[in-house]
Amino acid sequence: MLWDPVLTFDIFARLGYDKRCLKDTFLKRDTDMRRKEFLAGMKAGMPVCIGYFSVSFGFGAMAVAQGLAIWQAILISATNLTSAGQFAGLTVIAAGAAMIEMVLTQLVINSRYALMSLAIGQRFGPKVGTGKRLCAAFFNTDEVFALGMSRGKELTTSFFVGAGVVSAIGWTGGTAMGAVAGSLLPQDIRMALGVMLYGMFIAIVVPQAREEKPLLIAVVFALLFSCLFAWAPGLREVSGGLAIVICTVAAAALCAALFPVKDEEDEA
Amino acid sequence: MKICLYILVMAVTTYLIRALPLTLLKKPIQNRFIKSFLHYVPVACLTAMTFPAILTATEHMIAGAIGLAVAVVLALRKKSLIVVAVAACAAVFLTEQLIKLL
Repeated sequence: MLWDPVLTFDIFARLGYDKRCLKDTFLKRDTDMRRKEFLAGMKAGMPVCIGYFSVSFGFGAMAVAQGLAIWQAILISATNLTSAGQFAGLTVIAAGAAMIEMVLTQLVINSRYALMSLAIGQRFGPKVGTGKRLCAAFFNTDEVFALGMSRGKELTTSFFVGAGVVSAIGWTGGTAMGAVAGSLLPQDIRMALGVMLYGMFIAIVVPQAREEKPLLIAVVFALLFSCLFAWAPGLREVSGGLAIVICTVAAAALCAALFPVKDEEDEA
Repeated sequence: MKICLYILVMAVTTYLIRALPLTLLKKPIQNRFIKSFLHYVPVACLTAMTFPAILTATEHMIAGAIGLAVAVVLALRKKSLIVVAVAACAAVFLTEQLIKLL
């Protein structure tokens, strides 16, 4: 048989069907996948959200204690998403220091995010456009970065942003609660809450320093410099934000010179 | 209003730090010193911010010191972030109350 009309019809029908629907199916599959990835990211970000809520509660309480309005504390958290950076920023604001000091402080304290952004950018791959990258950049915090990297080669911007949005909600919500609580609670409790952020920093630093000796030495250097800037005559005059910058740069540079990290090690 | 300007400067700086490497630099950092430097920045920075500031955050220095000690001991035992932080607050609060009573 040279020609089978039924078979031909079948083939043409399929082709026609596919041609009409190909674009739709692909588009639909794309948005479906994106939604799925976004939801997966949100789910993965839930523990981070809860953790952030408690940390930023401390930030909110502290910001109000430093004389900021509740909405200002919330605005800082909603636009920054950094714990150490915001905390240092608070010091700068409270001191009424120069704007350049704010820039310097943020540059040094948040410099690690540059590295994380680099790493995550590599992971996204060259196909991901600038728009998506600019969006993902906003949510690049230590924990969201860790979530994204643990996703391996499968990482999509949708997943990343999903995790980021949930974390940001926790961060901003916690700040709001902390700021409200801070302005309502009696002075004694407010002062005690002001120590909360320090407690969290200690909880982050101490276990790391215990595991890795060079990190412990970095801590010791930072402690020494920090004490000098707090108590030594002359150095005492240097404002808080700038002192933090100098201590951080000095301690990190000293340790980088003394104990360079191994090449295969993926820090951050 | 000046506070809003501070917040704006802070947000823009932080965002640029995150956005520029993600969009402009496609190659990984090769310089070993810079990599090492960035590795040590977080702990150095957190340490410099915590000490000795924690001592002056409380009404009496001894309360801050006790809060610090409690936090360090609990962190060495690898307690979670929130446990360490709340315990430090509780220690500060109790010490301040005790000083008031004496």
